Formats: sequence, structure tokens, C-alpha cells
Amino acid sequence: MQITTPQFSANAKDALADKDLQMALAKLRAGFTARRGKATDRLPEFDALCDQARAIKDHVLANLDDYLVRFEAKVIECGGQVHWCVDAAEARDVVLALCRDAGAKSATKSKSMIAEEIALNDHLEAHGIEPIETDLGEYIIQLAGEPPSHIIAPAIHKTKDSIADLFVKHHAKYGFDQRQDEASALLEEARQVLRSKYFEADVGITGANFLVAENGSIVTVTNEGNAELTQILPDTHIVIASLEKVVPTLEDATTILRVLARSATGQEFSSYTTFSAGGRRDGDLDGPSAFHVVLLDNGRSAMLGGEFQDMLRCIRCGACLNHCPIYGAVGGHAYGWVYSGPMGAVLTPQLIGIEAAGNLPNASTFCGRCEEVCPMRIPLPKMMRHWREREFETRLQPAVSRLGLALWSWFARHPTAYGLVARLAAWGLNRVGGRNRRIGWLPGAQGWTADRDLPAPEGKSFRALWAAGKR
Amino acid sequence: MSSRERILGAVRTGLEGRAEGRDPVAVEARLATHARGLIPARSQLDARGRLDLFIAMAEEVSTSVTRVSEMAEVPAAIAGYLAEHNLASAAKIAPDPVLDAIPWSKAPLLELNRGKGEDADRVSITCAFAGVAETGTVMALSGPHHPTTLNILPETHVVVLRADQIVGAYEEAWDRLRNSGRGTPRTVMLITGPSRSGDIEQTMQLGAHGPKRLHLVIVDDES
Repeated sequence: MQITTPQFSANAKDALADKDLQMALAKLRAGFTARRGKATDRLPEFDALCDQARAIKDHVLANLDDYLVRFEAKVIECGGQVHWCVDAAEARDVVLALCRDAGAKSATKSKSMIAEEIALNDHLEAHGIEPIETDLGEYIIQLAGEPPSHIIAPAIHKTKDSIADLFVKHHAKYGFDQRQDEASALLEEARQVLRSKYFEADVGITGANFLVAENGSIVTVTNEGNAELTQILPDTHIVIASLEKVVPTLEDATTILRVLARSATGQEFSSYTTFSAGGRRDGDLDGPSAFHVVLLDNGRSAMLGGEFQDMLRCIRCGACLNHCPIYGAVGGHAYGWVYSGPMGAVLTPQLIGIEAAGNLPNASTFCGRCEEVCPMRIPLPKMMRHWREREFETRLQPAVSRLGLALWSWFARHPTAYGLVARLAAWGLNRVGGRNRRIGWLPGAQGWTADRDLPAPEGKSFRALWAAGKR
Repeated sequence: MSSRERILGAVRTGLEGRAEGRDPVAVEARLATHARGLIPARSQLDARGRLDLFIAMAEEVSTSVTRVSEMAEVPAAIAGYLAEHNLASAAKIAPDPVLDAIPWSKAPLLELNRGKGEDADRVSITCAFAGVAETGTVMALSGPHHPTTLNILPETHVVVLRADQIVGAYEEAWDRLRNSGRGTPRTVMLITGPSRSGDIEQTMQLGAHGPKRLHLVIVDDES
């Protein structure tokens, strides 16, 4: 997919003017956000479970090599294979080769952010294999030719009307010639169209929420049941997952599952949580005979031991997106790639480079809500600050910003000069503010004053009041 | 160097920067003991309480429940449910000795076929390995007696469950699985209500790709 992350500002402007998107984003608060609040209130142990979930992942990350090797051994024991892939290109090629080995013409897919990250669909299509997304949201954006705009609700930006348009356009060839206006009818139509695709597919590709080292299972979590149909009906099941998805035991997966659905959709538990290991056993009447786990690094190992290691605890619940004022204003597409919101602002620079993604860690008010709601206790604002530091160190910002920061840092280290300049500035701004106490234009700060007024300073500075004992 | 060696090498190099918590003995012990984490107090009840919680949580996610007092009442309960909802009386039934032992002739209108799920099946009947009261969840294990397709292809999935199969928390079900001696099944499904999707304008609709209805028949010998 085309990466538009460097154009974040322009993307954000477009997003603010997009009425449909703004309507969808307005629903987030009453939807995901409110439901998460209810679900967490209902479970008194929620905070303690988050602490445990965090400790599990910290333990795993500290011993990641050990757990990966043990997971691999158990997959093999269950009759499956593990394919280690250093980067996106290698993972794409491995999946393609596995599809070819299976003689596949088409592959059904259940939603996987890793598949988005490695741009798997384009690769399969380019080599004559039809990828079919089966998660309803992911199917809708596949028809629309768009990337996901939310990590758990990929078509959140689409209205019912625009979905109806897409279905009319793409489903006529299956004999659906009536436009449906009700969400339930649209869902039923998609169910019928996709049902035959499940049976036709030679390969089913799923992601994984967890890889369980204890017994070689991979865990999928869905509400629709599409991950199950995707993996049970074709003869080959390919799982694509990144390294950090491994957990030690079924108990550890369970602890994290208790905070996952509640944080994501505000459900007590998703409709389907499925543990799959290897191919069908002797005597089984269904299930795939071949089971492959494509284990992707793609920059994760480089995060270990450094300031971004904590990001590897992320379980992709989307709570940070749902509670972020920036995401809530501009939606996911503005971020220009696969991951959006606060988790995207931290992960994207790691995966595509700070040169392309420098805008993202700057798109934050540092209000801290993301960290507050993160069930894995990831210090997202702190990590965005780390990226800003790196951006500064590598001289990526415009000269004016760098000069401003350098000046500010000099004054911050010289309190007397700071006080003098602050008094001078306050006096000047006070004069500029005039009678209505608003500043509508300020040289060098048009980025602020173009869209809003700056209130004129009133009276003395905070430091002066503090010194005078007015606390 | 293989990709496997490169990745493991990179992981080890990275971890040299943060040595705390690195502990092969703890890894071994964790996998051997599979210690439980915090278990929510809500699920720690006596058998009666567990059954009540299980039913309440199941109904909350649109699972429907019928209670009967013995296996012999199951056929009439299922036939009654299907008739009440205007559903086909033909069902695909799991090839399970427990189901085979049920006197189906008591519901002569039910037309049963044994086997795995197929596209044409409208109704399926299976047992389950356990019920989890915490969230009203049914745990289904794949195996010769329980094809996974029956859980997911038909529009209506009917599950026959004995009350003594209901545990409080998921962890109790994991222990029952380990103690059953059947090893790791190909598929373990935790099913919490019928299939649903919120992908159209964030409004939850039932019946996405899996069953539109999940019905439990709970056999409670004590009642």
C-alpha cells in the first residue's frame, strides 16, 4: 500500500473536512469508549489483572528466545511447521510459496494486522492468488480498495450507505441485484457471498492474538466466527504472527484475554476465542491437514533492550485509539499506514523509519489517556517523547523548529534571562491583545493563529506569583 | 545463516541490554506448573451458584437456555425449541456416544444425521467439554466425536451440557482438559453467544458468519 504518513498534516485536514468520517468518529465515545468503561467497572479485579498481564509479557520479553524455541518445538510436535521470517518481503514470499504448494487459486483470510503490515494481499494478487478478506469490516475495505482505519474496526469510517453502494457494485455478479438499506440485510448478503468463498478456498490465512508456548496453540479472537471458518474448511491453515505474540501457558493467555475484549469492545468476552494446534488428528472428521506458522520479526527484535521494548507488550485492543483526542478528530487513515492512534504513533516510526513517520509522535497533546486505558500499561506518551528526541537528534525537523527549541532550552537553563524575556513577552502580548483580549495573528505562530485566537496574557507570570507567595 | 538463527541472534543481542528478568529456570517452572493468575471472585461459587451465573451470563450474550432434569428429556426440549422458532426439524448431530445414548425416538419428528457440518445443514447438535460460568462460555474440543464444523457452519447450534460440566473460571476447564489425558486437541473453541458483527456503523448485529442462534440444553440431574 501507498504510505502517506509523511503527509500527515494534509491527511488530517482532509479528515477534518470529511463529514461521514466525523460522524463515525463521534460515535466512538458512545460506543467503544462507554462500553469499555462499563465492562471495566463491572470487574473489580480489572486493574489487578492488567498488572498481571503486564508482568506476563515482561517475563516473556525478557526470555523471548527461550519461549520462541519452545513454542516452535510444540508446533512441530503437533504436526505443524514454523517459518521464521526476518522481514516483510521474506514473510510474503514464504506465504506465497506455501499457497503455491497447496495449489491455491484463492485464500480466505481472517483479519490480521500483520498481513496488512507486510502488504500480503497485493503480493498474492500479483501472483495470481485471490485473497478474500472474511472479517466483515476488512471485506468492506477490500471491496473499497482502502487500508483499515482502525486496528479492530477496519471499516469504522464507512457509512451504511457507502457499504450498500459497494455491495451493489460488487455483488451483482453473484445475483444480488437489490440494494439493501438495513445493516442486518447487508450483513446477511455478505454472509451468503462469503459462505461459498470459504468452501472454494484452498488455503485459510489467519493472524494470531497469542502463540501458546505450552502446547503450540495459536489463539484467534473474533465475534463473527470468520477465523474458524477460514481455518477449518481449507486443507491448509497458515498463521502469520509477530514474535512478541508468544505467551507461556493457557493460564497466561487467559489472564490477558480477560483484559482484551473488555478493553477492545467492552464485551466480557468475544464470541469466539479459539485455540488451534497443528493439523487434524487421527479420526478427526474436519480441520486442515497442514498447519504453518509464519513467525515475523520485521523490526521487533531491534526494539528489545531499548526504550521501545515496552511497546512489544501491545495486544492490539485499540483502547488507545478509542480514547485519543487526535485519533478521535482525524481517524485512522490520516496516519498514512497500517497502525494508527497512539500505538501507531509509537510503532510506525520503528517499522517504516522516523524519517517518514516523524509527524506521528508529534501528533499528540500528551493528555495521557492512552496510557491510562492501556491494559498492558504501555507508557505511550513517554515513548512518543523518545521519538521526538530522536527526531531532534537526527536533525529531521525544520530549521525554525530546531532554532526555537534550542532557544527555549537555553532560556530554560538561565532562569534570570527566562524571567526577563517572559515579562517582556507578556507585556508585548498584552498590548497586542487590545481591548478584546484576543490575539488573532502572531508572526511565527500562524500555525496556531490561523485556526484560533490566542488569549492575551493577564497580569503577572506564574513565576512572579509563586515568588510573591500566592500559591 | 538461516532466518531462524538471525532472528534468535538479534533477540539475544537485544536482550543483553536488559538483563533483569532473564531466567531459564523460571521459564521451565512456569511451563511445568502453569500457575494460575488472579481469578475473578465472581466465578468462585458453589455448584448452584455456578449454574445460575452461567445461565445469566449466557443469556446476556443472547444464548438461549432450556433446563431439563434428565438426558431422556433432551429430545423433546430440542424439538420444542426448533418448533418454537420455526426452524427445520432436520439436524446434523455429532457422532458422540453421549448423544447416541439419548432416546431420540421420543421426538419422532426430529430428523437426525450423524457427521461433520456441511453447508446445507441448518441445525447442529453437539455436546461440549465444559461450560464456564464466568462469562457464560461453552468450551468445545475437536475430536472424532465433535467435528468443529458443527460449531460454526449451521445457523442454529444446539449444545447439550450436563450441569456438572459447568466450572467457575476458564482455568478450571484448562485443568480438566489436562487431566482428561486426551492431549492437545486440534481446536479448542470458547464460544460465548452466537456470531455477531459491529462492523456496520458500530451497531452489533447477530449472525455474521457463524451461528445466528446458540441454544443450550442443560441437563441437571439434581434439580
